[in-house]
Amino acid sequence: MTVSATATAEVLPIEAPAAEQARAIRDSRPLRLITCGSVDDGKSTLIGRLLWDTKAVKEDQAATLHRDSGKQNDLGLPDFALLLDGLQAEREQGITIDVAYRYFSTDRRSFIVADTPGHEQYTRNMATGASTADLAVLLVDARAGILEQTRRHATIASLMGIRQFVLAVNKIDLTNYERARFLEIVHDFKEFALTLGVTQITAIPMSALKGENVVYDGRASMPWYDGPTLVETLEKATTRSNQTVGFRLPVQRVSRPGESFRGYQGTVAGGSVKPGDSVVVLPSGMVANVTKIVTFDLVRNAAVAGDAITLVLDRQVDVSRGDMIVAIDSQPMTGRGFDAQIVALQPEGIEPGKRYWLKSGSRRQRVLIEPVSQLDLKTSKWSTAERLGMNAIGKVHLAFDEQAIFDTYEQNRTTGAFILIDPDTNNTVAGGMITGRRSELGGIHKDDQRVLLSLPADLAEKIMASELFASRRQDVDIRHTTAGRAAEILGDLDE
Amino acid sequence: MSDIRNEAEAKQNATPKPPLDPHLKALENEAIHIFREVAAEFERPVMLYSIGKDSSVLLHLARKAFYPGRVPFPLLHVNTGWKFAEMIAFRDNIVKEYDLDLIEHINPRGAAENVTPFTHGSALYTDIMKTESLRQALDAGKYDAAFGGARRDEEASRAKERIYSFRTPDHRWDPRNQRPELWNIYNGMIRQGESVRAFPLSNWTEVDIWRYIQAEDIPIVPLYFAKKRPFVERDGMMIMAEDPRLELLPGEVRQEGVIRFRTLGCFPLTGAIRSNATTLDDIIAELETATVSERQGRAIDRDQSGSMEKKKREGYF
Repeated sequence: MTVSATATAEVLPIEAPAAEQARAIRDSRPLRLITCGSVDDGKSTLIGRLLWDTKAVKEDQAATLHRDSGKQNDLGLPDFALLLDGLQAEREQGITIDVAYRYFSTDRRSFIVADTPGHEQYTRNMATGASTADLAVLLVDARAGILEQTRRHATIASLMGIRQFVLAVNKIDLTNYERARFLEIVHDFKEFALTLGVTQITAIPMSALKGENVVYDGRASMPWYDGPTLVETLEKATTRSNQTVGFRLPVQRVSRPGESFRGYQGTVAGGSVKPGDSVVVLPSGMVANVTKIVTFDLVRNAAVAGDAITLVLDRQVDVSRGDMIVAIDSQPMTGRGFDAQIVALQPEGIEPGKRYWLKSGSRRQRVLIEPVSQLDLKTSKWSTAERLGMNAIGKVHLAFDEQAIFDTYEQNRTTGAFILIDPDTNNTVAGGMITGRRSELGGIHKDDQRVLLSLPADLAEKIMASELFASRRQDVDIRHTTAGRAAEILGDLDE
Repeated sequence: MSDIRNEAEAKQNATPKPPLDPHLKALENEAIHIFREVAAEFERPVMLYSIGKDSSVLLHLARKAFYPGRVPFPLLHVNTGWKFAEMIAFRDNIVKEYDLDLIEHINPRGAAENVTPFTHGSALYTDIMKTESLRQALDAGKYDAAFGGARRDEEASRAKERIYSFRTPDHRWDPRNQRPELWNIYNGMIRQGESVRAFPLSNWTEVDIWRYIQAEDIPIVPLYFAKKRPFVERDGMMIMAEDPRLELLPGEVRQEGVIRFRTLGCFPLTGAIRSNATTLDDIIAELETATVSERQGRAIDRDQSGSMEKKKREGYF
């Protein structure tokens, strides 16, 4: 597909209905976010500032910081980084090694922050933090602009299914609060983000050190910026939910406390269920009806995605741990061959032809991995690959001995996700996302057939914002060009 | 079905409890998921039970996770012999009322070598009576998974810990080489002798714990509520003075005052706070305006910065 575009996407603020904004704290589940960016962009300072200004840091913790650092910045505040870098090795080296989870709340909402390392060798930890995040805060040093590591992190976050981004242009005070510089960085990022299919971007100029546009606004220094602060943006962001898709219950365990009771325990991974619903048990394919949803508190009328429940069926069917109970009219894919994208997390990488353990939901089975291609994070292009090294992002074929059950990751972030475990070390060596099922014939696709389109930029953006497009994003090539050039290229093809 | 369950059902029928707010519901769902996953994947799980508020929440969640069945693993209380008397009374009552299996372990070195918080200093005492004792109890039971009530918001090194925290056969934690933990997919594969510590409350904060105790009407040790109690001031902490083993040092006087505890551990190492909070509402209100963290009252965290990480590497919870 050739998309001719001269304009770039508007920065879309993350909109939420007014009623939702007015909701009191605790009326929504915590927003999970990840902060990422290059080393020294000030991630730890930003989170420290968030915790400090929302009063999540207590006096004794601050005193410990003062004591440990023996220094403070020129604002008389403690070195925030020490608050987060809790491991001794981190304090010694002055860098963040592992994901730190932090908690803070405002009057409107509570937040779980995964602070992830900026160093390239810890990309795996960034992927870990991104896997559960609803939103990514990408930090950029206003003086340095968009760096390779910024692109890398945005790419990983987007691959892991994050659709909401905050571009935090930090250290803006060091550019004399220059508006033109801010707009330049925003423009650069938007252009790049479009190639990822990311359109929900809120860009904020800030100084984490001085606390401008983090919790409190920075109008005094930046009268030209009238957008939201970081916290205002986070308060309005949406949390992901699997409630609108088909019902899925990966069975964790079978509860048989006595002769008279047999219930299937698990966490609803998609959709909803109520007594009377017809369900199918996979992989066996047996059909039954739901009679009861049992919880400690009461027998419930319905359960939705996220609920930990015990399901009782109307007939004796063979169900065990690892099976999935699903809606009869909206079933996941089953088969022995799937396509996926994976992030390799360990130094030994992913070896072709090795049989790994794959765990998805409560199901664990053997799988053969065949690497197909690898993403070059510098150029955002895929090239063929036979093996995947540490931190590599690759497309792979999965071949199972037995039936496997998945949705695509785009449709369901729970039933479309998996980890790979090395049977030799028992370590988690990759995180993966299902992109589709392969045909039983070894996956013969109509890969050779392509269509080139030339579209106005605004129309292309609308198409690229769709779920369907996002789910097949890896199959698409996009180039921006002028209308005249696009006509030339298409003209060449006609000859 | 046990009496408790019938009682609980009767209570529900009388006055239906309002549903949990979405925030607590999400935390509850996550914890139940972790409980079920560990119970299904490991051969010999055990739940560390310290009698404190976090343990009370943990136990409540375990009962919910396996309902209508029994909690399918024992509780392990690593006792030091220096707990508050009210804690032990509370524990015994809960075990009986909820029909639980409780294993109590006290490191025999405590009695044999007369190890006390007064004679050995808080660091060595904690090492022997808690860390070493815990290792002894886990080895004796050949447990391959141990649930704990630790929260990531408690302390800086905890903030880095996984929900399934892998331990070597000698119970060591290697914070630099933790297994990546993506989504809610937990890797429970271990070799003989290795184990995991599982933390269902990882994402809870102190306020969440109290709100949940209130919403779910969970019984807790009365020491959390303010009352007139005897104490002495020592090393800047208010130490409860009811146990005859507490000897007054020169210059110390036994005082009385309305105090309560934000955390509970060994009485000689746990400082009280002055407070008039006699209800859960009071406690939550107090917490929301608190300017110091809960571990401020714990002597063992003060020994050195990074002391928790050091203890955890050696096998402490």
